Amino acid sequence: MYAFDYLRPDRIEDASALLAEHPEASLLAGGQTMLPVLRARLAAPSHVISLGGIAALKGVTLADERLVIGAAQTHAQVASDPQVLALLPSVAALAGGIGDVQVRHRGTIGGSVANNDPAACYPAALLALGARIITTQRVIEADAFFTGMFATALKAGEIITAVSFPRCDRAHYEKFRNPASRFALVGVCVASLPEGSRIAVTGAGFGVFRWHAGEACLDAGGTGNDLADVPLDADCFTGDLHGSADYRMHMTRIIAARAFAALGR
Amino acid sequence: MTPEAPAIMAGTSFGRSVGRVEDARLVRGKGRYVDDIILPDQSYAAFVRSPYAHARLASIDTADALGRPGVIRIVTGADVAAAGLPPLPCGWMIHSTDGAPMKMGVRPMLAQDVVRYVGEPVAIVVADTRDLARDAAEAVLVDYEELDVTADCADALRDTTVQIHADIPGNRAFDWDIGNAAAVTDAFASAAHVVSLTLRNNRLIPNAIEPRAANAVWNAVDEQLTLYMAHQNPIGMRAFIAGYYGLAAEHKLRIVSPDVGGGFGSKAHNYPEELAIAFAAKLVDRPVKWTAERTESFLTDAHGRDHLTTAELALDSDGRFLALRVDTLANIGAYLSSSGALVPTYMYATMLSGQYVIPAIHCRVRAIYTNTCPVDAYRGAGRPEAAYVVERIVNVAAERIGLDQAEIRRRNFITDFPYQTPVVYEYDSGDYTRSLNEALALADYAGFPARQVEAAARGRLRGIGIAAYVEACGIGPSAKLAALGGGAGMWESAEVRVHPMGTVEVLTGAHSHGQGHQTTFAQVAADRFGVPIEKISVVQGDTDRIQAGTGTYGSRASVGMSATLRACDSIIAKGKAIVAHLIDVDLETVAFSDGIFSSSATNRTVAFAEMAYAAHTAAGFPTDQIEPGLVATSFFDPPNFTYPSGVYVCEVEIDPETGTTDVVAFSAADDFGTVANPMIVEGQVHGGVTQGIGQALWENARHDPDTAQLLTASFMDYGMPRAVSLPNYKLVFTPTPSPSNPLGMKGCGEAGAIGAPPAVINAICNALGVTHIDMPAAPETIWRLCQARMSS
Repeated sequence: MYAFDYLRPDRIEDASALLAEHPEASLLAGGQTMLPVLRARLAAPSHVISLGGIAALKGVTLADERLVIGAAQTHAQVASDPQVLALLPSVAALAGGIGDVQVRHRGTIGGSVANNDPAACYPAALLALGARIITTQRVIEADAFFTGMFATALKAGEIITAVSFPRCDRAHYEKFRNPASRFALVGVCVASLPEGSRIAVTGAGFGVFRWHAGEACLDAGGTGNDLADVPLDADCFTGDLHGSADYRMHMTRIIAARAFAALGR
Repeated sequence: MTPEAPAIMAGTSFGRSVGRVEDARLVRGKGRYVDDIILPDQSYAAFVRSPYAHARLASIDTADALGRPGVIRIVTGADVAAAGLPPLPCGWMIHSTDGAPMKMGVRPMLAQDVVRYVGEPVAIVVADTRDLARDAAEAVLVDYEELDVTADCADALRDTTVQIHADIPGNRAFDWDIGNAAAVTDAFASAAHVVSLTLRNNRLIPNAIEPRAANAVWNAVDEQLTLYMAHQNPIGMRAFIAGYYGLAAEHKLRIVSPDVGGGFGSKAHNYPEELAIAFAAKLVDRPVKWTAERTESFLTDAHGRDHLTTAELALDSDGRFLALRVDTLANIGAYLSSSGALVPTYMYATMLSGQYVIPAIHCRVRAIYTNTCPVDAYRGAGRPEAAYVVERIVNVAAERIGLDQAEIRRRNFITDFPYQTPVVYEYDSGDYTRSLNEALALADYAGFPARQVEAAARGRLRGIGIAAYVEACGIGPSAKLAALGGGAGMWESAEVRVHPMGTVEVLTGAHSHGQGHQTTFAQVAADRFGVPIEKISVVQGDTDRIQAGTGTYGSRASVGMSATLRACDSIIAKGKAIVAHLIDVDLETVAFSDGIFSSSATNRTVAFAEMAYAAHTAAGFPTDQIEPGLVATSFFDPPNFTYPSGVYVCEVEIDPETGTTDVVAFSAADDFGTVANPMIVEGQVHGGVTQGIGQALWENARHDPDTAQLLTASFMDYGMPRAVSLPNYKLVFTPTPSPSNPLGMKGCGEAGAIGAPPAVINAICNALGVTHIDMPAAPETIWRLCQARMSS
C-alpha cells in the first residue's frame, strides 16, 4: 500500500473534524473492502481515519419500536445480538452469512452500507425492510440512499452513525453465492411489512434495487411460484464471468421464491 | 538391475499413523519461511512487469525511478544481456514426428525486445524497503508497442496472424506423436462400436499458500553466493544455477529452502525471478529479497493443464476396447517452461492406456505457444489430463452400448502384471478389480438407484460417477528417462549420520513442502534402528549440509525413503562389524533386531546406542579394519517407475433450478503400495481429491480473448475449493507392493487430483443424462442443460 497517516479519534465530532480537515482522507470502518484496495495500491488516501475507537458508534438499542444498530457493530455482533435475534431475525441471519469468520469479526454494518458494493448483503436488507440510515447530518431513507454501484447519497464529510430498522419477523434474505468470491451472485431479501411487501435484489446488477412488480404480485396474494412469471427490468441486470444477465434474472425469481417460502418459517 | 523384493516392514513406527513431527513448529507459528529471513543490510526488490500480453519494448526509461528515495539499482534486460546470461532452458527435448527438434522460444531472464504474457518481468528495482521498491517500480517508464494476441491454443488451427516467437511459424513448438497409428486405423475399421468425444482440460493456477520468494546475498571477496528460495528441489538447483548460469561456482553456491508452504509442482520449476534476484544481489553487493504478492503468483506461477483434445475409442461387440486415438492441442503458454515439453507428451500420452487392455493406441500432441503464462507440471502433470480423456470416453462408450459404468471397466481391466502397455510404460503391480469392488462397496453402489429416486422426490437430480486412474510415479529410472529424452536422471540420495549418543540425522535431497517428510523419513530410520522417532532428525533443503539430491515432485519421495533405508542398512552392516569386535565373536554370528545387536555365539548383547558410542570413541579399535565414525550414504536409482492406481466413486446432487452441483459423497480405493503413514497418506488423498473436485467444479483460469489479460487473477474470481463445499471422503487402501521400490511404496501425492475430475464429471453427466460437460461445470452451464432438457 501507499503510505498514509493513521488517525483514530474517540469521538464522532473529532472524526468529522478530521474528515473536514483532510479532504483526501478515507474512513476505516472494518476495512474488509478498503484494506484489500489499499494493499493492491488502487487507492492512495492521505489519511486513514479509523472509526473503531468511537464508543458512540457501538451497540444496539430499541427506540420507538425501531431497532437502532450502531454503525460500528461488526457482522458477528449483529448476528449474535439478543435483540436483533429476537426482533429482526432475518438481519441476524444475514449478518451471520457474510464473508467468513474473520470478515464477520472485522466488517461493520456502517462500513458495508457506506461502501454499497453491488454484491453486498446488507443493502438488500436495508432496502427490503425500509431501514433508515442515520448520519452525522441527517436521516436518510434506504430508498433514497443507494444510488448505484459503490454510490450512495452520503455527502462529503458525512458519516453513518447507525442504521435503524422496523422490527419485523416476516422477512428473509436468501443468498446464491458466487462460487469464487462467495459474495451474492444473486441475493434477495423479501419482507412482509404492515404497509406491504418489499423485495430487494443485490448481486444481480449495478447495485441493489427493488422488484416492485414482484412486490405487487405478493401483495395481490401471489406466492413464490407466481413470481416465476412476473416481469423484471432487464436494465437492472448485468453479466460477468460467473453468470450472464439472463441467468441472474432467472436466479432472481428462484431465489425470491425461496426467500418468500422461508418467511415466518 | 533386477527389481528387489519389497521389504514391507511391520514396524512400530513405519506403516503407522505417527503424528507429524513438523506440526508442533508449523501450527505454533514457528515455521521459518524465506520471507522470515532478514539479513544484515537487507534490500528489497520489486519487479516491473508487463501489463500487456504481447508488446514490443520500445524503450525503458529508469531515470525518474532511479532518483526516488532509497533506490539502489534498477536491473533490466540490457544488464542480463551484457552479463551474457543465457535464456531459460527446457529440461526435455521433444522431437516432432518429422524428426525436427522442438522449437524453443527464447525466454530471457528479463524481457529484452518483446513481452509475451501479462506479468512477464521487465526490470527489477532494488531499494531499501519493499514499499520504496514498489514506489520506484511504478516510476519506471516502459514504452510498450502493443501487438496482437492469442490466448487459446485452438487459434492454432485457424489462420492466425499472431506470431509469438519470430522464428516459430504457427506458434507450434512441436507436433509429436506416440503409438501405432496404422494398428489403430486397422482396429477402428473392424470395430463394432466407435465413440468420440471432444473435451477441454481447463487451465489451473496452483495457488500454494506461501508465494514464491527469494533472498540472495553475494560475498564479493570469497565469490560466494547464497540463495534462499522457496523451492521443491533446492539441492538439484545448485548444479543447474552454477553450471548453466554460472552465477557462482558450484562449491561457492549455497542454496537453502527452509520451510516451504506448498508447491504442487509450481515450485519445482526454474523461473526468471529467483535467478534475477541472485543476479541483482551480485550487482548491488547487498542481500536482495523478493516475495511474490498474490497477484504475481496468479500471473506468473506456471499454470497447469490447458488441453483441447479429441478422442475416439473403438470397441468390439462385447464392449472390449480395441483401440484409442487421441489428438491433443496443448497450450504451453508463451515459453516452454522447465518441464513444459515433458508434461503434455511423456507424462500424458504414456498414461492413455489407463487401467485397461487397449491393444492399439495412438496419440498426437501439438504444443502451441500463446500469450499466456507458461504451463508446466501441476499436481499430476499430464496424468490428470490422460485420466480425464480415458475415463470420460469410457463412460461415453458405456452409455452408447448400454453397459453399466462399473461393468465396462471390469470387462477391460488389466489383470496380469507386469503389463506392457502400447505406450512405453510397463505397469508394475495392481489389483484393479479389488479397488473397484472396494470403492463400489464404500459408495454403496448397489443402493444408488434408491437414493436417486429419493432425491428426485426432493426435486434433485442425483448422479454417480466412477473413475479408475493409474499414474507413473517414483521418478525415476534414470536410464529410462534418458531414453525418452530427459536431460537428467532422477535418483535420490540419503546420508544417515549416527552420533555418539545414538541419535540419528537423516539428510535427504528430497524436500518437503507440506508432505511431512520430517516424520515419514524418520519413521524409516526409527524402525530400521529400533530408535524412538524423537531421537531422529531429518535434515533437508541446504546445500551446505546435503551433497546431492533431485527434489520432491511427481509423488517421488518414496525414492528418497528407499535411499534412506539403504543408508540405514549400511549403518547396520558396519554396526555388526563393530559389535563383532566389541564382544569378540565372528561377524557372521551377529544379528540386529529391535535396536539390539546379538550373537549366536554368546548371550552378550549390545544396544544400538552403545555401538554408536564405540564407533565414535574407537577405543581399542582395529582401525585398520574398521574406520571410526558412523555415516553412510546411498544414491538410489529405481529400476522402474511405480504405478499407483485406484478407483473413485463420486455422487452428486444437482439443483435443476439453479444448476448448482453438490458433491454429496466421495469414495476412494487407492493402491499406493506400502503406506508409510496412513494418516499422512489420507491427508494427501484429501488434498488431491479436493483439488480435483476444484478443477471439476470451480477452478478455471480465463483470459480475455481480445487482450489475453488474465480475468481470474484473484480469489474474487478464481474459485478455490472450500471445506464447506465438500463432503467427508471415504477412503480405503488396496495395496499391492511395488516391486520397483525396496519399501514397496508407489507414491500418493497426486492421485486425488488425477482421479477426482473424471469421477465428478461422470457423476454430473450421469445425473443430467448428457454425454459431456466441460470443466468447470459451472451452475449456469448446468442450468442451461437442464432448461434444454426440460424443453425437449
